[in-house]
Amino acid sequence: MTAVPGAALLTAGDLRKSYGPTSALAGADFSISGGEVVAVMGPSGSGKSTLLHCLAGIVPPDGGRVTYRGRDMYSLSDAERSALRREEFGFVFQFGQLVPELTCLENVALPLRLAGLPRRRAEARAEELLARLEVADLAEMRPGQVSGGQGQRVAVARALVNDPRVVFADEPTGALDSLNGERVMGLLVAAARESGTAVVLVTHETRVAAYSDREVVVRDGRARDLAGAV
Amino acid sequence: MSGTMRAWARDLRLGFRLAVSGGGASWTRTALSAFGVGLGVVILLLAASVTSVTEARSDRADARYAAPADVEAGDDTFLLSDIQTEYRGDWISGRLIQPDAGRETTAEPPPGLDAFPAPGEMVVSPALARLLDSAEGALLAERLDYRRAGTIGDEGLVGSQDLAFYLGADDLTAGDDGFRAEGFGGMPASQERLPPALLLLVLVICVVLLMPVPVFVTTAVRFGGERRDRRLAALRLIGADRAATRRIAVGEALVGAVPGIVLGGLLFLLVRQFLAGISVRGTSAFAEDIVPSWPLTVLVLLAVPLLTVAVTLFALRSVAVEPLGVVRKSQDRPRRLAWRLVPALLGVALLVPLLGDFSGDRGLTSAQAVMAVVLLLSGSTALLPWLVERATARLRGGPLAWQLATRRLQLSNGPAVRAISGITVAVAGATALSMLFAGASEQETSRTGADLDRAQAEVFVSTTDAGDSAALVDELRGTPGVERVLSYADIPVAPLSGGGASDVASIPLIVSDCGTLVELAEITDCAEGGVYAVPAPEEWGVTLPEPGTVLDLGPAPEGEEAARPVPWTVPASLTEADPRPNPGGWPVHGLLATPAALGVEPPPHGDTRMILSADLADPDTLELVRNAVWDVAPGGGGARELTSTQVSDQFANIQTGLTIGAMGVLALIAGSMLVTTLEQLRERRQLLSALVALGTRRTTLGASVLWQTAVPVVLGLGLASAVGVLLGAMLISAVSLPLGGWLAFLPMAGAGAGVIALVTLASLPFLWRLMRPDGLRTE
Amino acid sequence: MSISHTLLGLLESGPCHGYDLKRTFDVHFGHGRPLHYGQVYATMSRLLKNGLVEVDGVEPGGGPERKRYAITDAGVTDVERWLSRPEKPEPYLQSVLYTKVVLALLTDRSADDLLDTQRAEHLRLMRELTRRKIDGDLADQLVCDHALFHLEADLRWLELTAARLDRLASEVRS
Repeated sequence: MTAVPGAALLTAGDLRKSYGPTSALAGADFSISGGEVVAVMGPSGSGKSTLLHCLAGIVPPDGGRVTYRGRDMYSLSDAERSALRREEFGFVFQFGQLVPELTCLENVALPLRLAGLPRRRAEARAEELLARLEVADLAEMRPGQVSGGQGQRVAVARALVNDPRVVFADEPTGALDSLNGERVMGLLVAAARESGTAVVLVTHETRVAAYSDREVVVRDGRARDLAGAV
Repeated sequence: MSGTMRAWARDLRLGFRLAVSGGGASWTRTALSAFGVGLGVVILLLAASVTSVTEARSDRADARYAAPADVEAGDDTFLLSDIQTEYRGDWISGRLIQPDAGRETTAEPPPGLDAFPAPGEMVVSPALARLLDSAEGALLAERLDYRRAGTIGDEGLVGSQDLAFYLGADDLTAGDDGFRAEGFGGMPASQERLPPALLLLVLVICVVLLMPVPVFVTTAVRFGGERRDRRLAALRLIGADRAATRRIAVGEALVGAVPGIVLGGLLFLLVRQFLAGISVRGTSAFAEDIVPSWPLTVLVLLAVPLLTVAVTLFALRSVAVEPLGVVRKSQDRPRRLAWRLVPALLGVALLVPLLGDFSGDRGLTSAQAVMAVVLLLSGSTALLPWLVERATARLRGGPLAWQLATRRLQLSNGPAVRAISGITVAVAGATALSMLFAGASEQETSRTGADLDRAQAEVFVSTTDAGDSAALVDELRGTPGVERVLSYADIPVAPLSGGGASDVASIPLIVSDCGTLVELAEITDCAEGGVYAVPAPEEWGVTLPEPGTVLDLGPAPEGEEAARPVPWTVPASLTEADPRPNPGGWPVHGLLATPAALGVEPPPHGDTRMILSADLADPDTLELVRNAVWDVAPGGGGARELTSTQVSDQFANIQTGLTIGAMGVLALIAGSMLVTTLEQLRERRQLLSALVALGTRRTTLGASVLWQTAVPVVLGLGLASAVGVLLGAMLISAVSLPLGGWLAFLPMAGAGAGVIALVTLASLPFLWRLMRPDGLRTE
Repeated sequence: MSISHTLLGLLESGPCHGYDLKRTFDVHFGHGRPLHYGQVYATMSRLLKNGLVEVDGVEPGGGPERKRYAITDAGVTDVERWLSRPEKPEPYLQSVLYTKVVLALLTDRSADDLLDTQRAEHLRLMRELTRRKIDGDLADQLVCDHALFHLEADLRWLELTAARLDRLASEVRS
């Protein structure tokens, strides 16, 4: 499973993380190259989400290191990691991620505005993304007024709006039915491939994982890369 | 019927269980609402205790009161003389006391004392004892340098922090020095009636301080409301009907209210101990006197749970708890202005007839004024939600933090508005009060006329004994800080016309050297032996004697036989002089003479006044002057710093009370706003974590919390200031005071702004904690 | 389903008579269709010939059913290889997958490894179907979806089975 040196965009080695007495990660390894879609699978409670949080620079691990484009992620300050997330990463969660008071358009424009773009330019770009995810007509609605599938597509649009190098998707279809899940996945992966964005896709559904190039299984806090297993 | 009862009992019980068995969060919520209700109960109980405190104070004052009795000295009589002295702004009241029969007296000692103090011994109040023993009271201890024979018991004091003493004497006489009495108590002390303006002030203060309390209790009961609604929705899913959810919610609310009342009672006991230990401008109370009146207590104990029930039901009215979730009903319908204006307009309508006509001597007008104020203030809280909705509806764009905040306010401004409605009432009320104060202080503050360029302090001694005065002048000149001492005797004289002075007004005779006399009147050619006449204003009806008139320099007090007249003829050289205000501000009139012109020493029954030029920067200087005065005439004199204005004591007390109360109310409101903000943040925990993942800066979210608080508060303060100024102007007109103080809303608005800043600052650590990425884990 | 691998796997827990071997097989995998003794005899002869088992001893009294068989090292390797080789993903694999999971657990091997290997194999096919589905027309989508759902169902059943048996096994062991 050793990744080719230099080709890897984001790697992690021997990650350890525990919350109180429960150990979420116990020596997990991971690596993803630019433009690659990697599914992180495993039973619930296996540490999938924690792995994603550590990789994305959200939760500092207790041990091990995360290297993004040659830099040790956790040698950066909290503010620098926040900036990194704003500018180079995108996020899709299962739910609860859209700000309920903002319109869909404003929600999509949020990362750009966080990065300091003026409102008009941010919203113009957000409109493009909404159109690409086929939800342009939702621009002026609030998240509470749209369906779950539509909301998830808005979330995907938001994750892609800043042309990220990596999108982290944590159970993006977890709350959706099959058809909506398929559409969200299709749009996410198509958009990512189009722009050469790498996707870390945490899911427990094989059908969703089938959209990936390769899968990593997390079991008891250890990640196993099965790319070369057979 | 019994079925309904059973349903009530069952659902209330379920509510109780839900309120206490939901783990840490529900305990916190219950504890918070209990605490909020408790705070409200404390304030209401304190308000209910006001009458008992004033009654107890007047009873205690009555018990101390000794009526002068027209009796011969006997075994059971005593002589009493009230003396007082000032120390660093506090008045210390003392009584010289002397039983006629000495040690063998059969008279009852004063309340709080076991026995009459022996001559030269004093019995002091506990607060005075503490002051005398402290380093701060060192100079006072020099002044009151008497053997301490004991402590005055509580029953002998009006307030717990009273500075009072009894000093045993052996040289008192009935007449000038004191009076003879047979015992203490029995005669009711006269109660001073408040003038209408002050009465109105007190009424408005009560309203303003009490109105935020229900607002606060309301907020407290609603803590955790959204989570509660979701829980009720879950119960609907398993078959509870709407009535049942209401009953369950009432049960939950009572779980906060009932311990809240108990907590409030306990806090009240603590607070009253604390209150008994403080003194506001010389006024204090005993803990055992702070007792809420029974009817009001019962009212509070019934009203608070009823209020919580009413609030709970009212809150549930605006949401539909359906099996699959909570639907807010009120979102789509824009708020209407019309009915929200009704209370305010009613209030104005009630106030208009009172304009220029409020006397406060009829209960009806007082009630009308109180109703009007209550309506106008509650009217402002009714207008607030409409105002916030209208004002935020059109806001778009702006920086991200601003956008987050305004969008939030557009979508749901209920919690924010609820939190600030208390502040609105407090600020509007306090603004009106400040204006009324500005008007009243115009009336109640008298200009003393003192000319601070000419003198800085004034001394008064109730003797004109030449030796004493000279000694005092010498002593004062030697006091560090005192630069110049002008001294004059002020002796009431009367024409020698056989009978007493009963039907003839006494004429002041001022005796001093030329250097002093020229300071008191426009005398250009003062010479030793000169006598000058300064006419009083005509309306006083005092005619100065013609030259040749024979005056008695020692007229007996009214109704008493003259002991031995001291005749003196007004000389022919009498010259008229124009009045000139003395440096203390009092215009001097009467006869002015140099000692040589009298030729005879008058009996020492007049007063000696001294005018000091001194540097009073060191507070000890004034105290040293007072000590010197005390040595000459214990209790029979005093010294005060000259000031250009003087505020009525009554007025100052009310103002102090208001300041303390307003601060308390603001603190209460800040507390409830903080809790509301924290609650809101907690409910958005997951979203906050997602925003952190997106790389949102702390400052952005912090600023959005600030805006979210600030926008409604600024609107609320604006509305409150407007309503306050309107109310103030109407109240001022009602008591016919000069209109003014238009900027009176500034301090309260400023304090309100301070509250926003404090609440935001205090909620930031919690926000930072929520922004830690752990929040994502709950997914 | 491979009877020879299954019998070989059962022998890993210890030497066994042919008759007992048949009984154990029937208990775990028979599902109402017991194995003929002749089939056991034939399989054992073939395994003997290939050196995967050996005769551990013969009970006095003679007769073929009295032979006691034991697995050889080559036999263990063969079982190992069989278990770690994923089955070609196709519908209705449950009997062979079930046998493999049970055997893995009976021989103290990790069912997780087997599962992960099989999932990787399934995913390989599912990826291909997903790609075809994305690029294809509606008919392709419907056909691919059908296959995808079946493959996913197999995998999920396998996961559940492994988890259930694993729990059972640890309960038995403890």
